[in-house]
Amino acid sequence: MTKKQIDIDLKFTHKQSAHCENGVVSNLLGYYGVALSEPMVFGIGSGLFFSHMPFLKIGGIPVTSFRPIPGIIFKRTSKRLGLKFKKHKYSKPQKAMEALDENLKNNIPTGMLVGVYHLTYFPDPYRFHFNAHNIVVCGKKDDQYIISDPIMSSYERLTYNELKRVRYAKGLFAPKGHMYWAEEIPENIDLKSAIVKGIKHTCKDMLTIPIPMFGVKGIRFLSKKVRRYPQKLGARKAASFTGQIVRAQEEIGTGGAGFRYMYGAFLHEASAILKNDQLKKLSYDIAEIGDLWREFAVITGRIVKNRNKADESYDKAADLLLVIADREESFFKDLKSAVN
Amino acid sequence: MKTTDVPQDDANMLQGKFKEPVYSIDADGNFKTIPSVGWDPKNEVMKEAWDVVHNKIEIAKQQVISGEKSPIAYYIEKNIMDIGLVAKYMGIWRLTVKRHLKPNNFKKLKTSTLNKYAEVFNITVEQLVNIELDDK
Repeated sequence: MTKKQIDIDLKFTHKQSAHCENGVVSNLLGYYGVALSEPMVFGIGSGLFFSHMPFLKIGGIPVTSFRPIPGIIFKRTSKRLGLKFKKHKYSKPQKAMEALDENLKNNIPTGMLVGVYHLTYFPDPYRFHFNAHNIVVCGKKDDQYIISDPIMSSYERLTYNELKRVRYAKGLFAPKGHMYWAEEIPENIDLKSAIVKGIKHTCKDMLTIPIPMFGVKGIRFLSKKVRRYPQKLGARKAASFTGQIVRAQEEIGTGGAGFRYMYGAFLHEASAILKNDQLKKLSYDIAEIGDLWREFAVITGRIVKNRNKADESYDKAADLLLVIADREESFFKDLKSAVN
Repeated sequence: MKTTDVPQDDANMLQGKFKEPVYSIDADGNFKTIPSVGWDPKNEVMKEAWDVVHNKIEIAKQQVISGEKSPIAYYIEKNIMDIGLVAKYMGIWRLTVKRHLKPNNFKKLKTSTLNKYAEVFNITVEQLVNIELDDK
C-alpha cells in the first residue's frame, strides 16, 4: 500500500520569543484570538524565581536556576486565566505520532515537550541534554512536520523520525511523548485578577520559602558558596562552577539577566492594565537589579577567562551577590505592598 | 539596560541560525526586545563549558586508541552523555553498559546490540567499531 501524503497547513502565526514555555502559550493563545504578550504569560505564570541547589548536579556542577521547574509557568497561567488544555503522554512512540497526525487533521495546533539534543535545527553550541523544551507542531508538508519553535525566528521542519526521536529523549524530565492542546479558551479573560495573583505568588516565592536555597535567601546562600569556591575547589573547578551560574542566568530564553528584564517588561504592561503607577516605577527597579546581575556576569566572565590563575575577584562577585539579594528583598516587599 | 547598550559580541555561538531577543529599555522608557548575536561574558562561560567537554572527549579517544576502553566510552563523551543516560536510551542496566566499556566484552557484542548503540549515538555500526571513521 502506498503511503498517502497529506498536506496540512494550519493558519498559525509564529512569533519568536525569548523563553519557550511563555512563547508556546502566547503563540497557541494567538491562534485562538487571544493576544497575550510573552512577558504577560511569564508574569501571570509567576516565572521569576531563584534557587541554588548544591546537591543537585548536572555534569558534576551544582544547579543554579532563575526559574521554577519546567511546566509550572504553563500550569499557573492556564489556571489563572481559566484556559483548559488537554494533556497526554504515550507509552508507544508510534501512538504518540498517530495522535499528533489526528490532531493536525482536525486543525488543532499541538504543543509538545521535546529534548533539545537531537533537534537538528538548533545551533550546535546549545545542543545539550535538556528535555523540557516546548514547541508547537502546526502543519505537515511533503511528509515533514512544520514546527513553530518559540526561540527560532521562523518555521522549522522535522521528519517523522526526527520528531519521534526528540519526543522520546531520555534522562531528566524525559518528555515521554507528552503533548497538549487547547480544549477550552474562555471568551472573556479576567486579566486583572490573574496579574495580581501572579505577582503575589512571585513575591511569596522570593521572600518566604523557609529553606535557604530558594528566593532571596538562596542568593545569599550562593554568595557564601562562591566566596569559598577558590579555596575549596581550586582555580580550574571554581571557574567552572561560577561559570555555570552565568550560563543559567544568560541562557537563551531568559531575555537577559536571569529573566529580570522580562519581569520588568511584565510590570510595565501590568501597570497600564491595572492603572497602577507604582508598578511602572517598580518595572525600572527590577531592570536596574537586572543590570547588577549583568555586572555579576562580567566579573564571572573575567574569572573564567583567567581560569588557570588564582583570582581575587571571587570576593567581588560574592559581595555583589549580597548587594543583589538586598535589592531584591526590598524590591519584592515593595511589589507586594503595591498590589495589596 | 538601555536599548542602545544591548551587546552584539559575535562568537558564532548561534551559528547564524537566529538572534536572541534581549529585553531592554528604549529612550521613551518602554521595554523592547533587541535581537542580539551574543555577549562576551556569556561567550566566555560557554567556551569554558565546551572546553571541559572537548577535554573529556580527547581523554576518552586516547583511552580507546590505547586499548584501555571500548569505542562506547568515546561516543558517550562525544554525545555529552553519561553511563546512566546511555543505559536509559538502550533500555539496559548501567552495569551492562559498564561491561561494554571493556574492549574484550565489546568485541563479543551481538550485531543487534551494536545496531542499537549506533542508533543511540546516531552513527553507523562501522563508525561505532572504528572511531577513526567518526566524522562529526
